[in-house]
Amino acid sequence: MAAVENIEPDHAELLRFISAGSVDDGKSTLIGRLLHDSKSIFEDQLSAVTRTSNKRGMEKIDLSLFTDGLQAEREQGITIDVAYRYFNTPKRKFIIADTPGHEQYTRNMVTGASTANLAIVLIDARKGVLTQSRRHAYLASLVGIPHLVVAINKMDLVGYSQEIFKQICAEFAVFLQGLGFRSIEYIPISALLGDMVVERGDNLDWYSGKPLLDYLESINIEHDINVLDFRFPVQWVCRPQTEEMHDFRGYTGRIESGTIRVGDAVTVLPSGLTSRIKEILLYNDSFETAFAPQSVILTIEDHLDISRGDMLINGGEPPQITREFDAMLCWLSEQAFDPNRKYIIKHTTRIVKGLITRIDYRVDINTMHQEPVNILTMNDIARIGMKVQQPLVIDAYAKNRGTGCFILIDEVSNNTVAAGMICIRES
Amino acid sequence: MFLNQNKMNQQSYFTHLDALENEAIHIMREVAAECANPVLLFSGGKDSVVLLRLAEKAFRPSHFPFPLMHIDTGHNFPEVIEFRDYRAKQLGERLIVRSMEDSIQRGRVILRSKNQSRNPFQAVTLLDAISEFGFDACIGGARRDEEKARAKERIFSFRDEFGQWDPKNQRPELWSLYNARTHPGENIRVFPISNWTELDIWQYIGREQLEIPSIYYAHERDVIVRNSSLLPVSYLVQPEAGESVQHMMVRFRTVGDMSCTCPVASQARGVEEIIVETALTRITERGATRMDDRTSEASMELRKREGYF
Repeated sequence: MAAVENIEPDHAELLRFISAGSVDDGKSTLIGRLLHDSKSIFEDQLSAVTRTSNKRGMEKIDLSLFTDGLQAEREQGITIDVAYRYFNTPKRKFIIADTPGHEQYTRNMVTGASTANLAIVLIDARKGVLTQSRRHAYLASLVGIPHLVVAINKMDLVGYSQEIFKQICAEFAVFLQGLGFRSIEYIPISALLGDMVVERGDNLDWYSGKPLLDYLESINIEHDINVLDFRFPVQWVCRPQTEEMHDFRGYTGRIESGTIRVGDAVTVLPSGLTSRIKEILLYNDSFETAFAPQSVILTIEDHLDISRGDMLINGGEPPQITREFDAMLCWLSEQAFDPNRKYIIKHTTRIVKGLITRIDYRVDINTMHQEPVNILTMNDIARIGMKVQQPLVIDAYAKNRGTGCFILIDEVSNNTVAAGMICIRES
Repeated sequence: MFLNQNKMNQQSYFTHLDALENEAIHIMREVAAECANPVLLFSGGKDSVVLLRLAEKAFRPSHFPFPLMHIDTGHNFPEVIEFRDYRAKQLGERLIVRSMEDSIQRGRVILRSKNQSRNPFQAVTLLDAISEFGFDACIGGARRDEEKARAKERIFSFRDEFGQWDPKNQRPELWSLYNARTHPGENIRVFPISNWTELDIWQYIGREQLEIPSIYYAHERDVIVRNSSLLPVSYLVQPEAGESVQHMMVRFRTVGDMSCTCPVASQARGVEEIIVETALTRITERGATRMDDRTSEASMELRKREGYF
């Protein structure tokens, strides 16, 4: 944050992205480079990293050290979990979910990816498309990240060859075709030397696209949220119960998708009761209209029995109200799935008991092959059937991230053990 | 929302501050709905001032569904304590104060010297207060950009019955589906402004025109220069042999324990000037102002494991 031009609060948008790759791909170096060249590194951090680099006998500073975490990690030379990094430019504020690339990769990547607008998959130009490149892209698509950047790194080690870049792009494009990304961009870079990361550099003149940071600053993310189907899970009922506001009943919540106007008809699910929007409020303001992902208070014309876990909808494609559905599940816990244990499902603002009734198959994330299994262990991705105690109001994850996702919690340990993405078969 | 109607109708006008604000409001309401007995930690510092505005946005026209609590080290700046009481009264919300002085009297905290920093011992008083009131969730104003141990912390951060944070054993946190479940004796620390940076905080204070304690703005003060930091002269900090007292314009970036919170030289008398200085500054907030975080590279990590915020 070094330049005065970095202050433009009224125009800065928020972009969350995840960087996927292992230490060998230069992922930490890339993040360090983005932070360093966008002048987001502070003096005290820089001097600490310079000291450590010198201690390790390096001539230049090791950019990867900027993302080094806890003492425990430094001692063992590993990264434990998802770390979040922040930097900003005049155009955008960025949140990076930095996930480590070792054996717990699936779990960490799915966690970091769940809120991301964009994923960067790093490929070492010398090695080309590897199994892990496919794995990273598959996981990004599974979690529904709309935008993918394929950063072909270490271009300096292949003589900045356009030929090699083209070959890698062509090979990966075939694989990416079926994964459903809204946009895919290929960028040749050298994280170590800085080419095409923040500055263009002089070595990749044949590349006509934008440097990585320019691209991150300008990619359109407005349309990533479902703007058609209004979904409002009620979080908390606001009842002041004061003398002057005796009858006030406001439904607080965050609009998961779509937009709403005063006067719009709404249906409360699962009850099916209907009413109209009377007011859209927040603190001292009242609005004519509101849109996802705003947090607001809604009041309605009629006195209906509405509580946390109910969902307000209006028009558009209706969600399903069901006690049974299929999902892609990522098992997150070290404790394997156990059909004898009781699990709780948290979906929007509703918490109910749930059962896994079937495991259709597990996905081998290296080959994308489906294989039959009876058990789920940490990092497994599987297609399953779920049954829940009370009906849920659901959408397919592919259509609506906010109303298509859920977590499973172990009822005894209270740990979050799995994350699910709802699949609805086209009927 | 500080957006006017025109902006609201224009979907593209959803800035990073709007995104952060809406996320924080959602988090606060999840705590209110899912926790039986939450509390919001309010110190009078700028981050907790922002928390209070977010709570107003989340819950008004109701009262907050939780009390406010301050763990008073006894080493706080008087201007901050005065502000704390003023703001709580202005909001009409209940404020609980538990003081470390009491923990010292009862022998729960044993200090080596009377004037040493009390930050490391805040955890004792906090944990005692949590068990006294049976709080199952504490909402706090910590941010991930403050320190590398915080960068790895969840928004809903689980603490065991000893109040300890185990970085290797955190609950996975996906989407905005937070897991607030606890067993008796355990609790959750909730950080609604996890994703905010120091600059975001100042921009929000400016946008919402929030009042903050006067010592955040540039003022004249007696300071001692020690280890390239400015130390505020008070009954706790006096010049040592060879040190001289200087009178200069300074402001505080954080307002913690008087014995270890250092001001920075500044002429910024208003929020706009602070925003410019913050955007230009080259030293992290904690690096510049907290002597206790500099004792070792992992000092925050260790303190958190012991139950510190």
